[in-house]
Amino acid sequence: MNLVASSSVSWKSNSNNSDRVEKNEFPAGLRVLVVDDDPTCLMILEKMLRNCHYEVTKSNRAEIALSMLRENRNGFDIVISDVHMPDMDGFKLLEHVGLEMDLPVIMMSADDSKDVVMKGVTHGACDYLIKPVRIEALKNIWQHVIRKKKHEWKDKDFEQSTNVEDGDQHQKPPEDVDYSSSANEGNWKSSKRRKEEEDETEERDDTSTLKKPRVVWSVELHQQFVQAVNQLGIDKAVPKKILELMNVPGLTRENVASHLQKYRLYLRRLSGVSQHQNGLNDSFMGHPEAAYGTMTSFSGLELQALAATGQLPAQSLATFQAAALGRSATKSAISMPLVDQRNLFSFENPKLRYPEGQQQLNNSNKQINLLHGIPTTMEPKQLADLHQSSQSFVPMNMQGNARMQQNNALLMHMSQQQQKQPSRGQMLNESNNGQVSRPPLSMSQPLSSNGIPAAILSRNGIVDNVRGPVYNPVSQASSMVDFSLNQTTELQNSFPLVSSNSGMSTLTSKRLIPEEVNSDIKGSRGFPVGYDIFEELHQQKSQDWGIQNVGSAFGASDHSSIPGTLDVSPSMLVQQGISSMKKNGQNGNSPMGEPQLNLFSGGNLLTVKAEQLPDTSYQSNFLLEQFGQDDLMSAILKQQESVGEVETEFGFDGYPPLDNLPV
Amino acid sequence: MEQLQRKLAEYTTSLYNEKILDEQFIQLQQLQDESNPDFVVEVVSLFFEDSERLLNELAKALNQANVDFKKLDAHVHQMKGSSSSIGAQRVQRGCIAFRNYCDDRNVEGCLKCLQQVKNEYTLVKNKLETLFKLEKQFVDAGGSFPIV
Repeated sequence: MNLVASSSVSWKSNSNNSDRVEKNEFPAGLRVLVVDDDPTCLMILEKMLRNCHYEVTKSNRAEIALSMLRENRNGFDIVISDVHMPDMDGFKLLEHVGLEMDLPVIMMSADDSKDVVMKGVTHGACDYLIKPVRIEALKNIWQHVIRKKKHEWKDKDFEQSTNVEDGDQHQKPPEDVDYSSSANEGNWKSSKRRKEEEDETEERDDTSTLKKPRVVWSVELHQQFVQAVNQLGIDKAVPKKILELMNVPGLTRENVASHLQKYRLYLRRLSGVSQHQNGLNDSFMGHPEAAYGTMTSFSGLELQALAATGQLPAQSLATFQAAALGRSATKSAISMPLVDQRNLFSFENPKLRYPEGQQQLNNSNKQINLLHGIPTTMEPKQLADLHQSSQSFVPMNMQGNARMQQNNALLMHMSQQQQKQPSRGQMLNESNNGQVSRPPLSMSQPLSSNGIPAAILSRNGIVDNVRGPVYNPVSQASSMVDFSLNQTTELQNSFPLVSSNSGMSTLTSKRLIPEEVNSDIKGSRGFPVGYDIFEELHQQKSQDWGIQNVGSAFGASDHSSIPGTLDVSPSMLVQQGISSMKKNGQNGNSPMGEPQLNLFSGGNLLTVKAEQLPDTSYQSNFLLEQFGQDDLMSAILKQQESVGEVETEFGFDGYPPLDNLPV
Repeated sequence: MEQLQRKLAEYTTSLYNEKILDEQFIQLQQLQDESNPDFVVEVVSLFFEDSERLLNELAKALNQANVDFKKLDAHVHQMKGSSSSIGAQRVQRGCIAFRNYCDDRNVEGCLKCLQQVKNEYTLVKNKLETLFKLEKQFVDAGGSFPIV
């Protein structure tokens, strides 16, 4: 603690930022929830995590952990869970968390058999640790949080990166100044403010970009989006053109870009979903038409729907995706979506959850979108007609998570191995019987992915019962509508999640691979500005800023990122959580009851730190994050651990006051 | 004091040499600090408690007319996890072998393995208790860690 104290002092003094950075570990304060039924391991993990200066909450029961998470959606940055637990399967918990809170989840087990590890991957775990867990492995878990956030940012601000870059250049000097001068308020705050300013500046500067408000992908909006995409054709659907076609005032290319990415992921996921749920498809089939008459051009969706109906072998999707992956080499966006889509599959739930993260998503709007999305998946035939030409592939069998997961796994492998093992793609291709014909499908159909996830989710939920209440309604045609209604927000939110998830999963899968893969991943990410910006930012921004970003990232980890702004304040999230809970209730499950669950009822819960920053600060964090992602990355890249702790006086979301940090 | 230190060092080394403990135990020791001065002892005590419970469960499960191998496997798996977490290597290895017999649904093999694991567990328990005693003596004599 001494270290912390001194660092905090120096941190405040603003003149010793570098000192602080050197002294403190950058990700300190990361709020970790660790779940393991083995008390020995639990204790050891807790100690290790505390030694990493993380804020640790432990629980030996998955149910308790889940209720803790639900009660305090904003209270944790990352979850570590054992695979084998008596009361709930670790993967189930993983899915729940991904679905409901969209937090990065690390699985761990003494079991190192490949299929279990694979399961972790396909379920969307961002990492898999083999017991005995060493502290070194835990030291770096913060990267998953950052990565996830970054991914969300990237997706949202894909095309804003240039803006950001420009903004950076404009803003950097002032930021530094402000940064140093506003130490009293906490670096995070100042960074946040900076970010806000930057955002505003960028907005002003870029007339075409308009504000970077959090775009709520309402049903109509999504519909327009999908129409535009279908009109252009998946292959040709680029954000700019989509934007033009949509002709929605206030919508930025970046918004579209990120949405597109998610959509692609969604599509991919759909295609990856194998034919488990033929029954579901049938039931779904009934609906889509009624609900989605308007959605005619879901190329991606169609494919997925086709896949869903099982007409196409699931593998074709994989092939498709593999092909897509292959193409992604040239298109960074594609590679991301591929991975993301994979995540889509595994993170179906998260998608649903996404809405919760987003602040003001119009439930109704979202619901509509869901409807849009759903029909496509549900109506393979319809889709087939619509998209015959482009989509012969992917039998998006939205049935069964398992299938999807498999496909995801395949995809993952593909993405992972994209550069390294082309043969894998071939393998997939082969297995697909050459049905893969739409590499672009996954890419260019973000809409469907958006819509589809809901459908998939619903389906998965039905089949796997993993998603519990959320998905129940979906299982029925009529319920589809309900589902969509209930899930709109979630779906809405899911888009960004998708990307973030995908990012996470991509990274995850890659993480499981030797380090170089990570670097490959970065490269393959194709973030245009990516690391350059980071470097730039890093150099120009004080590390505290980076930390701040991280902090905001941490704090906002469970907020789905909205294009341009992470304006999900804790209160918003709670509201979302409440609304989602209510929704869940409607769906037949009341998983959450009221927001105020007894976090600590039973189990060995030590502490749950749910800090709720005031909306404004939170929002500013997000804004900061947006910009800070790059900074963050650069900070991380350059000085991973030299970056100062995220010790924010102002109780940055999730980060305890310095004093509270364990030392 | 010097003698104590040497004795302690030798004893500790022997534990590692005999693979009774592995480097994970070192990790535990490194976790210990002034905020948690008895961390290792606490964790190990927890391990003892939990292991004894698990061993009982295992014996019970194997005593059934219809052995529930799934349950058996779950218990063994947990024991494997906890023993690996504290570095009780031999116990861990015993668990691995145990699991193989579980997979084969070989009751006899499982019984043998259970006995093996029990033995290893008892061994590591005794050794650790001795180690802690030595360490306490060392500290009481004014010594401080880490040695070497």
